Amino acid sequence: MTRFRLPTWFVLLLPAIIVLVAVVLIPLVLSLYSSFTPYRLTRPESLYKWIGTFNYEKAVKSAHFWAAFGRTVLLLTIALNLEMLMGLGLALLVNRVTYGQRALRTLMMFPMMFSPVLVGFQFKFIFNDNVGLVNNALQSLGLTDVAIPWLVDGKLAFMSILAAEMWSSTSVFAILILAGLFAVPRDPIEAAKVDGCTPWQSFRHITLPYIMPFIYIALAIRSLDVARAYDIVQIMTNGGPARRTELLWTMIGRTGYVDAKMGYANAMGYISIFLAIFFTIYFFRKLNAARTELGMAG
Amino acid sequence: MAQVHLRNVVKKYGQLQVVHGINLEIEDNEFVVLVGPSGCGKSTTLRMIAGLEDISGGEVGIGDRVVNDLPPRSRNISMVFQNYALYPHMTVRENLGFSLKIAKRPEAEIEQAVDEAAGILSLTEYLDRKPGALSGGQRQRVAMGRAIVRHPDVFLFDEPLSNLDAKLRTQMRTEIKKLHQKVKSTIVYVTHDQVEAMTLADRIVIMRDGHIEQVGTPLEVFEKPANTFVATFIGSPPMNLLDGQVQSGKIALDGGPSVSIPEQSRGKVQDGQAVILGFRADNLMPVGHSMPMPGEHSELGMTVNLSEPLGTETLLFGTLAGKEVQAKMLHPRPVAPGERLEFQLDLTRCHLFDAKTQQSLG
Repeated sequence: MTRFRLPTWFVLLLPAIIVLVAVVLIPLVLSLYSSFTPYRLTRPESLYKWIGTFNYEKAVKSAHFWAAFGRTVLLLTIALNLEMLMGLGLALLVNRVTYGQRALRTLMMFPMMFSPVLVGFQFKFIFNDNVGLVNNALQSLGLTDVAIPWLVDGKLAFMSILAAEMWSSTSVFAILILAGLFAVPRDPIEAAKVDGCTPWQSFRHITLPYIMPFIYIALAIRSLDVARAYDIVQIMTNGGPARRTELLWTMIGRTGYVDAKMGYANAMGYISIFLAIFFTIYFFRKLNAARTELGMAG
Repeated sequence: MAQVHLRNVVKKYGQLQVVHGINLEIEDNEFVVLVGPSGCGKSTTLRMIAGLEDISGGEVGIGDRVVNDLPPRSRNISMVFQNYALYPHMTVRENLGFSLKIAKRPEAEIEQAVDEAAGILSLTEYLDRKPGALSGGQRQRVAMGRAIVRHPDVFLFDEPLSNLDAKLRTQMRTEIKKLHQKVKSTIVYVTHDQVEAMTLADRIVIMRDGHIEQVGTPLEVFEKPANTFVATFIGSPPMNLLDGQVQSGKIALDGGPSVSIPEQSRGKVQDGQAVILGFRADNLMPVGHSMPMPGEHSELGMTVNLSEPLGTETLLFGTLAGKEVQAKMLHPRPVAPGERLEFQLDLTRCHLFDAKTQQSLG
């Protein structure tokens, strides 16, 4: 009688499969399952009660959820566009520098070296209505007498968060676009000059198509970043006041860990993931289109 | 169409001067080739005409305008680059029409100009492809097409054929010459290849180390090189140069035989003067395998070290007056290394240079 033996390829893949199952698959399946239960961290037995799509229906019907969803999309749109424009401007300026460019490039990356939590604390201080830098500066310059409630007013708080987000991440765009600018060949630009292009026209028609792939990579990376934004907001406003700066993940985090409603939090999480997936697919499509334009796609 | 003039044109990079006061007048519809070894300043000079490099001193003019401070777009020039410099994200049609589109010409005019250029360069069937889908020769033609649609005052070519393989290069060379005949225009063409220079040019400008060494028609620079540099740079194989001294009406080659002073140099040399005797391989041939030499000639014996059969002729290598010398053998027969042959040197075709200044003596 021959003993049953596992096929060799399976045995060889087994370590990888075990790790993947333990680290990715089980948590994924468990969280997906729990989103169909009224699971609360404080009551473990609730994990075994099946309630179907109740959590999903609750989320979809929740005004708070959609407000947070909309706010996240808004933050993502505004932050990405402004960061892209500023990063592009910064990269173009640094690209013109001939002396001390290396030092400038390093300086430019400083904001990326700080933990977002610390950035949150720093901007919480900067925008504090009593002792904050901004109000002190405005009052000292005589521009205003009142203490502007930067982090209390809903719109101002959103702008403050946006400022912090941009400060910490514009350099992601700047660095990637600068890398793109370094890769632009000199000849087509010179050909464009001879062909009658003004500096703006050569940028618009020649340089920009060359750096578009780099811009899309930066957009893809940053869209994932902002879609899961949590730390800066959590520190600066904690989603408040009264949910006025609540984003998807601050809401999900609170629901899951503060209110202990893990089943509901997981359901919202799964809906939110689609946002991230959508943006990733969108920007990668754009990236491939831009690369095909340049004849770079394989 | 227009003339181009360069007066005392200087180019400096910081302290380093690379072009030293060049003077050149290029006529309307003239095909001028700047040729020289790499680093001689020929490309820099071309790029100063184009406006891609600042002019550190002197004056560059196109037509009756001084263009020193005009940006390239205002000079009405076209340039063909060594790496073609096509716009990779545009189709051939868009590449060709780009300059006209930037100039905001009407659609119909652009279309007509593009079709005309595509016709001249047989690119019509590739108009909707992108440069990435073209071969090297086709890309080269697109680059030329992009230059001709604009009907510029001056065409500038910066080593346009050096990225092509040998066969294609010869073919494109002919096409460029045809193009010049079809589209009458002033052309400034830079190359390091003296064959390209000889075949294309109305006039050749030979440059070295930022100076012009000689300006002349291809035949002038071939037959009357102004100095030893031009003599060795133009023509293949390069001219043989032998050191010698003038002694009682003859030239005593260092450690070798004496030959008579060529007639065209008599009276221009003094006794005891150190000179260099130059002659091409075509003018040193073995007795019995040579062209008829009706004029004055000398006979020399030389041992052949190496022979290179080329079919209709054979190149022979030997040592004469301590220098390696190349000779040519017509109606060739096999020659074994070490064989000693009698050679005829055509004195009427010899050149004499001053050893100190390297300049031609006659």
